[in-house]
Amino acid sequence: MQIIETGNTAAALGVKLARAQVIAAYPITPQTPLTEKLSEFIESGEMKAEYIPVESEHSALAICIAAASAGARSFTATSSNGLLYMHEQIQWAAGARLPLVMCVANRGVGAPWNIWNDHQDSISQRDTGWIQIYANDHQQIIDSVLKAFCLAEEVMIPVMVCYDGYILSHTHMPFDVPDSETADAFLPPYQPPYALDPADPANLNTVTMPECRPDVRGDIAPGYMEIRHLLQHDLIEAIPALMRVEERFRAVFGRGGNPYIEPYRCDDADYIAVSLGSLSYQLHGVVDALRAEGVRAGVLSVHLYRPFPDKIIVEALDGCSGVIVFEKALSYGYQGPLCSDIKSALYRHAQGRPFVTNYILGLGGREITTQDLYEALKASCSPDGGAGEETRWIGLKLHTRGMQT
Amino acid sequence: MPVKDYRKKISLSESGPGDAGKTGSWRVVRPVIDPDVCIPGRRNAPACYICWLYCPDGVISRSVPPRIDYQYCKGCGICAEECPTKAITLVEESSFIKE
Repeated sequence: MQIIETGNTAAALGVKLARAQVIAAYPITPQTPLTEKLSEFIESGEMKAEYIPVESEHSALAICIAAASAGARSFTATSSNGLLYMHEQIQWAAGARLPLVMCVANRGVGAPWNIWNDHQDSISQRDTGWIQIYANDHQQIIDSVLKAFCLAEEVMIPVMVCYDGYILSHTHMPFDVPDSETADAFLPPYQPPYALDPADPANLNTVTMPECRPDVRGDIAPGYMEIRHLLQHDLIEAIPALMRVEERFRAVFGRGGNPYIEPYRCDDADYIAVSLGSLSYQLHGVVDALRAEGVRAGVLSVHLYRPFPDKIIVEALDGCSGVIVFEKALSYGYQGPLCSDIKSALYRHAQGRPFVTNYILGLGGREITTQDLYEALKASCSPDGGAGEETRWIGLKLHTRGMQT
Repeated sequence: MPVKDYRKKISLSESGPGDAGKTGSWRVVRPVIDPDVCIPGRRNAPACYICWLYCPDGVISRSVPPRIDYQYCKGCGICAEECPTKAITLVEESSFIKE
């Protein structure tokens, strides 16, 4: 059924269709309407789940970890400083190999306090062992939530579904909501490989020695390093696993395609802009304008950020002479994390290496005008990428460098 | 995912002796029960078992008198601290080394 609703509602409808059994969340702008919607579904009896109100995000994720350890399909959602407050539990959920799904309505992080959109919150959780998917529109939000549960439960690794705060979370857009029978056909009830059982007690993820050890049965149990190595191995294996999920999704729902990237006019492009989330679609118009002027430009939207599909990205960039990475996040003291990742992928896999430049923009909700994007991309669509520093900022109003104004 | 595969991906510890190896070798002091002072020992009947209850490693039996499994007892001394009749003495492990 086609409806017109907000991105947060799209996420909530996805969670409802996924028949999540336990939801624990703490409200934070701009995620709040998502969890409000879920609590409404549960209160009205539309959705059969336990909604556990908590006093913090740390507790929200701790409850999801406990619920998933007991074999329940579990969901939480947050934004910004709430996500950062979960940080310890985020690492724990990945190491404990629990198939949680979390939505992140992306928002800038403090200080200074800010409630508007950028990607610093989820990008700062890049190295925690979670799978990260970035949605560009409302349809991708609801679809990604369903796929996320399917993928998480196949590889036993938690998945973050990230979407832009306000730009997607609070705007109304049309999207298709599948009926529950079809969703059930795609995502059957969760069959945990292991669940805590009072009749057969066990401690999970207790102190694990540097070395392997014999367990109570006399079998050699993995040490810390084996467990961590398997997480890395299984994350890399999650790349082909996501394609299997996508193919199943397409077979059931009749839509979908490339779950890793979304290239736009990249095939013959000399210059390719790369970005995450809704910004990619704003760049489509910019590329169309440049094409009209005879500049062969394209846009590559990255959907799967961790595990990083490096070979797939390099294949899409193959043959271009310049890569221009637009980012709403920064590894402070260096450059945009996506830019570093793209360069690393090119170093390993590319034949002739294109130049890579990096624009930082939209931090804390600073307006990204299409005119600014056009000027920046046009300036970079030249053999030297446009002279200047590798990492440039778009949209600054005051010249803050060196505190001189 | 079969449970066998999943168990390799996480740290899972079941109740039973020896999940962290023969931890008795960690012991510096050895708790020794005096059966003439210990309540079950003195009465020759199951009773008290405060030591069994408090032992964090589950190495004390609910027998008459209680027995300590020295293969795994780490010598933490909680049993001696909790024993209401002070029947458990912590003896230097070195004194058990035979010349």
